[in-house]
Amino acid sequence: MWTIIHKMGSPPWFFRFSGGLVKWLLPLTVCLLLVGAVWGLLIAPPDFRQGNSYRIIYIHVPSAVVALAGYYVMAFAGAVSLVWRIKMADVTMRAVAPVGAALTAIALVTGAIWGKPTWGTWWVWDARITSMLILLFLYLGVVALFEAYENKSAAARACAVLTLVGTVNIPIIYKSVDWWYSLHQPASIKFTGESAIDPSMLYPLLLMIGAFYCLFAVTVLLNMRAELAWNHRDASWLKQLVQGT
Amino acid sequence: MPLLTASDVTIERGDRRLLADVNLTVSAGEIWQLVGANGVGKTSLMRALAGLARLGVEGQIERQAELLYLGHASALKPSLNAMENLRCHPACDVMASDDDIERALAAVSLAGHEERPVGALSAGQQRRVALARLLVSSARLWLLDEPFTALDSSGCDWLDEQIQQHVEAGGGLIFTSHQPSRFGSRQIDLELARFAC
Amino acid sequence: MPASESNLTLHGAFARQFSRHARAIIRSPAEVANPLLFFFMVITLFPLGLGPDPQRLAEMAPGILWVVALLSSLMVSGKLFASDYEDGSLEQLAIAPFPLAVLALGEVSAYWLATGFLLALASPIFALMLGLPATGIFTLMVSLLLGTTCLTLIGAVGSALTVSIRRGGMLLSLLIIPLNVPVLIFGTTAVSEAVMGGNATSWLALMGALALGSLAVMPVAIGAALRVSLDQ
Repeated sequence: MWTIIHKMGSPPWFFRFSGGLVKWLLPLTVCLLLVGAVWGLLIAPPDFRQGNSYRIIYIHVPSAVVALAGYYVMAFAGAVSLVWRIKMADVTMRAVAPVGAALTAIALVTGAIWGKPTWGTWWVWDARITSMLILLFLYLGVVALFEAYENKSAAARACAVLTLVGTVNIPIIYKSVDWWYSLHQPASIKFTGESAIDPSMLYPLLLMIGAFYCLFAVTVLLNMRAELAWNHRDASWLKQLVQGT
Repeated sequence: MPLLTASDVTIERGDRRLLADVNLTVSAGEIWQLVGANGVGKTSLMRALAGLARLGVEGQIERQAELLYLGHASALKPSLNAMENLRCHPACDVMASDDDIERALAAVSLAGHEERPVGALSAGQQRRVALARLLVSSARLWLLDEPFTALDSSGCDWLDEQIQQHVEAGGGLIFTSHQPSRFGSRQIDLELARFAC
Repeated sequence: MPASESNLTLHGAFARQFSRHARAIIRSPAEVANPLLFFFMVITLFPLGLGPDPQRLAEMAPGILWVVALLSSLMVSGKLFASDYEDGSLEQLAIAPFPLAVLALGEVSAYWLATGFLLALASPIFALMLGLPATGIFTLMVSLLLGTTCLTLIGAVGSALTVSIRRGGMLLSLLIIPLNVPVLIFGTTAVSEAVMGGNATSWLALMGALALGSLAVMPVAIGAALRVSLDQ
């Protein structure tokens, strides 16, 4: 276990390892995305109430799910960075933040687009959308804090503290927004319960969630490689690696 | 008995290596002076030795005694008077009695100024209030960063005397100064440490 | 070396830090008056913006009062550690032979007394200005008392994280507004429930839990954040 953690902390090893990983993860992601998209957008049956407009959930739901998971990945990396002071954890945190922010933004935009035909308005203060908006602020806070510090290892530690505080808060935020919404819920708006979803719609959705997880992993890995390459631009191992391949 | 041991200390700032392989052991009764030009890393090393800077600091730093650190900033609240500032100083581990504080302020020739807000004192007087901490504290290890700035010649003499007494009583200290050697202190030239990179 | 000395306990160190900061605040009363003045002025803006209809104002009063409370805490928390960072007090705090979290908490407590606590005490006046029904006033005070504890502690984390950054004001808002959302929701709901004759106690209990949780967790985060800010 320790040797693995130690290895993960070494930039040359990670660079080689992630290179191999991306090589097969990237095609897998593309395949999953294509299959999921075709299945969800063309093959799955239309919803009896919403018609075809519901199909946006094949992007909306996966991005929302992965965006939230991304925050926990970031918090875990933050904890590792604070406790064991592993540089790679800093790099991970920094790589996850913009990807997570982008996914949250996608979830928000698709939610708004979905809202127009469903509720007749672009923006509804729905519990989930509001939670997503707050999650976006949390992500943007981490990105902005990272940029504000000149010393990047200090930036990583500051962000680690922030994400850990955020992680403690996220369940409370979600719960409070939930209660807030149920207290003010207008009678005309009702969500179709997720349990009611038909298997013929569910399977492509699960596939898309898997695809988004892969997409998240690939973008984060590529981000990390770019960051590492920049940090070690003068290192001999990097030159060897680049010239060797 | 060593009060502070630093072995193979290397300090990096961003991409730049500031200092490499600094080794020093401060024993009881020793005075160390860090010398070197501006920007060579005297303050960085002092902050690392005090435990304030950890990022980019490699190597072992062990402090085996109570520490008194005096940085560039005096850590005085301008709206509080000298008595209050010393009584409530955040870093002291002992409750100094008012008598002790009054005596310390008198020793830095600030008798009669105890009740004035520190913000109303001159820069030199403020520096003296900060230095009065040396008399109130019981720390054996002193890290003084540029203690002689803003002091007049009588102040410098007074500080010299304090340092001598501290060392004779079994304390040790490191200080930085631009001025060439005072006392018979051991010097560590940070220019040399930098060339070791 | 001093002749008469006694070792300081952790409790004593906390008390000393508290009194040091409390005295500094008392010497510059503007620090105490500013958040209240801000609150007063922003409350004035709402009838001007929304119209003077008493019924509508009363209906919105819980939300308005809590949003303004949040904004005023945002405004003041930026200054929390700023002077300590500049005058070197933070360095001394970090070196002190006591946990930084406890010392910082002493400072934050003094700060809270001068801002959040006073705001809670003065809040009935602001509530009357907006025509909040009398049934809600007690709940408003209690909710502000508990809520500003959370707001101050979260604000202190944000302040500790941004104190070394030159223009940290906007960044501070971005960092702490999302974290303050639960406090806002609980506080507003508690007051609204009290006005409508509902069950405000359970919401106040939630806020109490949140305040206690913040008291347990946030000082550690404040300490860690202060160390990061010092270490550059």
